[in-house]
Amino acid sequence: MSDLRDLYQEVILDHNKRPRNFRVLPQPTHKADGVNPLCGDRISVFLDIEEGVIKDIAFQGAGCAISSASASLMTEALKGKPVKEVEHLFEAFHNVVTTDCECPRGLGKLGVLAGVRDYPSRVKCATLAWHAVRAALEERKQPVATE
Amino acid sequence: MNAPLARSTTPVARSELDLARIRADFPILRQRVHGKPLVYLDNAASVQKPKAVIDAVGACYSGYYANIHRGVHLLSERSTAAYEGAREKVRAFLNAASVQEIIFTRNTTESINLVASSFGGQRVKAGDEIVITGMEHHSNIVPWQLLCEHTGAVLKVAPFTDAGELILEEYERLLDSGRVKLAAFVHLSNALGTINPVKTMIDLAHARGIPVLVDGAQSVPHLAVDVRELDCEFYAFSSHKLYGPSGVGVLYGKQALLEAMPPYQGGGDMIRLVTFEKTEYADLPNKFEAGTPNIAGVIGLGAALDWLNAIGLDAVAAHEHDLLEYAIARISEIPELKIMGTARDKAALAAFTMRSIHPHDIGTILDREGVAIRAGHHCAQPVMQRYGVPATARASFAVYNTRDEVDSLVAALWKVKELFES
Ligand SMILES: Cc1ncc(COP(=O)(O)O)c(C=O)c1O
Repeated sequence: MSDLRDLYQEVILDHNKRPRNFRVLPQPTHKADGVNPLCGDRISVFLDIEEGVIKDIAFQGAGCAISSASASLMTEALKGKPVKEVEHLFEAFHNVVTTDCECPRGLGKLGVLAGVRDYPSRVKCATLAWHAVRAALEERKQPVATE
Repeated sequence: MNAPLARSTTPVARSELDLARIRADFPILRQRVHGKPLVYLDNAASVQKPKAVIDAVGACYSGYYANIHRGVHLLSERSTAAYEGAREKVRAFLNAASVQEIIFTRNTTESINLVASSFGGQRVKAGDEIVITGMEHHSNIVPWQLLCEHTGAVLKVAPFTDAGELILEEYERLLDSGRVKLAAFVHLSNALGTINPVKTMIDLAHARGIPVLVDGAQSVPHLAVDVRELDCEFYAFSSHKLYGPSGVGVLYGKQALLEAMPPYQGGGDMIRLVTFEKTEYADLPNKFEAGTPNIAGVIGLGAALDWLNAIGLDAVAAHEHDLLEYAIARISEIPELKIMGTARDKAALAAFTMRSIHPHDIGTILDREGVAIRAGHHCAQPVMQRYGVPATARASFAVYNTRDEVDSLVAALWKVKELFES
């Protein structure tokens, strides 16, 4: 069970049970849906962007512990950040969940998802919310899929 | 957490199978995954192959492989004989009247698409209706939706109960519109395990002159099927769920219907004479087998049927029934685990959810315990929508599974609870 604990860390179980920013923003400036066709999981993300800064961010939807916790942690990480940092953060996060790289300090709590790298079939769960945010920023109308 | 320990020592399976011998036929089952003995319970997705099948494919490639139906040389003659020999085995397996009624395809999906495209394209017009059920696999939904889009026909869906049983009266009511050109339904549901009353459903359709396609992808490995007794017009299944190689499917069709249908694909092997003005098509079954088929795969399917017949489907069914009852009793002991699909007539699989624990997480944790199950929508999203869940976990059984393996599944499920509740 010890290696499972590397994936299902306390922080992840906690964010799965009590997701942060789990609500609908009434009048978001940007929003998008993400679907994981593999498992049917679907989440919506909402952003309020003012002068290039993410003032508020929230999500809704049903998913596995990894996708829910990842979405929750992502909203915490992105709130208050300039939009132009999103892409850079996503890249760093993507590296952490897919390669053996050291987790860069700047990612903070997002690093708890590093265990996903040993579970290739779960990488899509960890990145679903991020794909949705990027779609929202590009103002895509169709839901993004992870594949 | 006091997880009950293994207790399969209570009455040994009532079946008469020599399980040790059967398991010895499957080289893949001898391995460990993540340091644990492999417990393969994803058989409804695809089943493992006995050595007899692996060897038959190998013997073809290393001994007599050549293209079929074309050569005058010895290898081509031998390959043709083995390929056509497998067709005869499939005919006997289904008790079809003639080998001309057995078409080899790539899989169930292609078999259904063949009927939708050829039969549907010829007979279905705007305003006509196709009746399916609410528990279909996507491969028995989407081909009909495409046909409806092309023709302006309408897809009608017969609902099922919370237990997962088809509501026969609703099905009958849909047949009564006078516009139904085909009824197409699953024999054994891959999402629920429900065995549909197909004989009754076929008779109800025939009473109104409606032809029937049965999706037998899940049923053929578990129940004896006699297409003449069922009297269905079409029966579709895949080799890979029947202990045979992947890449081979079967479509049974009544001869008169197949003869009247236009070809599905054009090309080599399906013609009698080609000029640039006109082509005469080959006779059945070649008319529907354009191009070089999966020769070794079909031969492997023949070997799979020999292997299965030697055990006997009745013995297989009895063993799997015993396993399923045992599994359902054991996993039902886990608090907050809910079984989806509790039809009285049910086989081969148990689909379930665990409150607030997503099936994907269950699947990952079980995998680390060596237990392979399926987590997801099982290509039956409308069934998930019917129950209001995004996905389920599914343990599905084959002839080689044991009560000990069910115990491993149960122990691993307790671990899931432990991990998520700590
Ligand atoms: C009931 C049912 N129908 C059709 C299919 C499709 O089979 P294939 O993917 O071999 O075409 C499956 C496979 O999962 C199935 O379970």
